[in-house]
Amino acid sequence: MRRILIPLLAACAAAGLAGTLYLVFYVTKLEQNLFFNQKIFYWHVPNWFMLFSMVFLCGGASIGYLVKRDPKWDDVAHAAGELAVLFGAIGLVTGSIWGKAAWGHWWIWELRLTTSLILWLTMLGYALVRRFAGPGSEPLCAGLAIFGMVNVPLVYFAVKLADKLGQASAHPKAKVVAQLDASMKGTFWLSVLTFAAVCALLFLVRIDAIRDARRLRAVRERGLDAGILEP
Amino acid sequence: MPGRALPTAPAADAVPASCSAAVGRRTTAPVGTLRLVAAVAGKDLKVELRSREILYTMALFAAVIVVVFSFSFVKDQKALVAAVPGVAWAAVVFAGTIGLGRAFEREREGDTMRALLLSPAPRLAIFAGKTVAIALLVVAVEAVVLPLCLLFFNVDLGAAVLDLVLVLVLGAIGFAIVGTVFAAMLLRIQSRDVLLPVVLYPILVPMIMSGTKATAAILAANDADAWFWIKFLAAYDCVFTIVALWTFEALVIE
Amino acid sequence: MLSSIVVEKVSKRYGDHRALAAVELTLTAGSVCALLGPNGAGKSTLLGILSTLVRATAGTVGYLEGDRRRKLDDRLRADIGLLAHSSLCYGELTAVENLEFFATLYGVADGAARARTLLDEVGLDGRARDRAVRTYSRGMVQRLALARALLARPSLLLLDEPFTGLDRGGALALGARLGQAKADGAIVVCVTHDLEAIAGVTDHVAILVGGKLACDERDPAGYSYAALRERYHAHAG
Repeated sequence: MRRILIPLLAACAAAGLAGTLYLVFYVTKLEQNLFFNQKIFYWHVPNWFMLFSMVFLCGGASIGYLVKRDPKWDDVAHAAGELAVLFGAIGLVTGSIWGKAAWGHWWIWELRLTTSLILWLTMLGYALVRRFAGPGSEPLCAGLAIFGMVNVPLVYFAVKLADKLGQASAHPKAKVVAQLDASMKGTFWLSVLTFAAVCALLFLVRIDAIRDARRLRAVRERGLDAGILEP
Repeated sequence: MPGRALPTAPAADAVPASCSAAVGRRTTAPVGTLRLVAAVAGKDLKVELRSREILYTMALFAAVIVVVFSFSFVKDQKALVAAVPGVAWAAVVFAGTIGLGRAFEREREGDTMRALLLSPAPRLAIFAGKTVAIALLVVAVEAVVLPLCLLFFNVDLGAAVLDLVLVLVLGAIGFAIVGTVFAAMLLRIQSRDVLLPVVLYPILVPMIMSGTKATAAILAANDADAWFWIKFLAAYDCVFTIVALWTFEALVIE
Repeated sequence: MLSSIVVEKVSKRYGDHRALAAVELTLTAGSVCALLGPNGAGKSTLLGILSTLVRATAGTVGYLEGDRRRKLDDRLRADIGLLAHSSLCYGELTAVENLEFFATLYGVADGAARARTLLDEVGLDGRARDRAVRTYSRGMVQRLALARALLARPSLLLLDEPFTGLDRGGALALGARLGQAKADGAIVVCVTHDLEAIAGVTDHVAILVGGKLACDERDPAGYSYAALRERYHAHAG
């Protein structure tokens, strides 16, 4: 199953990336207000979709792990947590480039930007703890992911409410997708699918590696416990 | 005295065995959890009042932050009032982190964390006791930060100072709840000193934001906004109390 | 009241370091087990596992009360007394305050009186007990730690090098105290290097070498110092 799925996803992702690049630059129309700057939107937004799906996958799997104590759930949370950091980083970089072009600033303290940055920092902390806490720290990491996930709406509302007296947000709203014309919309959703394929591919490869490492460790530990292997 | 044999004390013969029936029987009724919480918190505060180490270092650290930052916001020999909320909350959170780390480090000397976990007291009581103690320490630091801020920034609040006290106390509670869970979780990890702020601060963002907004609103005498943020802060405390209660047992034990 | 402890194929690893390998051991009430072995043999780890605070990586420990297996809950911990390497007491508090605090946690009625009785019993001087524990000598700390371990009348008493810091007289008196716990029907496990001090009290010798149980034998008549030494050298060289 995996043997077919992984090359298939890789092919889809490669074709999708090449295809969306072509569509973005040669087929879609220029946007009326932002002109050429808007092109980055096709790659920027799907990354945020992936970040948030990975964060909630990580948080959900962590709850599953704390309830069931099955290491499979921990593997899912581990892989999802790492991918959240990756997609968050891409989203922040592409967003900054867009921000510089559209607003003249690399960064502004706006609702979506602030929320995403804090979420990304949380996941970075999660990845750090994953890396340095060593074996036996799985429940700790699960706790961290749950706290981070619960924190997302709190941060969102805190920033939103703090902003309510300020000016209207400079960041495009979610409804811009609905206002796109057909070719733009098609390209956008193709791009989302492409990044979903990239994400699924990385997720599968990573979770296989994590699971294999865990199993190898378990076999070795069983040997040590049984006194067959000498340390 | 070190050199003495074990049973030499005078009463040793009068009360020969540990089995003298009148004293030392375990109570059959479960001791109220609240009593255990009070015992753990009381013990922490008693230890702290003996050495005052955490209190002095935290308070001095917070004071230094307030002074240094108000100094950097000086314009025409006066500090900018707009900087007060940020400076005050930065001082509270940084000093709080120092206190949090030390309060748990102290349980490692003499391995007393093990002693606590070894006792039949429910883990909930131990967790709650430590949270209460840390919240009180943070409140003590705020008692230093608040007057210093008012002094250096030349603010006269009048009766509104009570609102500010409420905001600071709610902030201390939120900090103590999230901080205690995280500090207890990281207790077994080598690089906990660095990791604690790294993982703690992003989770504290809503608390710090609502705290600074509430402080700013109180300074601007904007009652409606102030109360809105006070409620937000209370909601933050409630949400993380629930999450902490749900997760801490699974997290702290191993 | 626990009647026996059954250690079944218990192993413990710290990362790649193996501390215990498939240890099988039965401990019975009214007996003092001398747990011997060279440094790093896994003795303290085994005590930690028996105290429920260290989780074994494989195998189980059964806490039996008659035929009933006790659940690993808060109440079980009330029956376990531990004297560890570190004092398990707060340096800033006095001996009395420490014992009173733990008496509250253990739900011991009249903690103050119990603390006084125990401090008399372990021979901690009247003036010293109202000083902060950090000012104590090693021997005084050891006496306090013993009092703490005995606080809730545990039916499983775990002692890690209890003779350290005690003079000969103190060590003999502690040996006598262990004999008394044995007579009261407690399960006593004592990790020690001091064969002379434990001789005469112990009726069960277990020797750990490199995380494996090298010797496990009992003699209701007890062991002399010479007999212990002979066994120790035979197995742990």
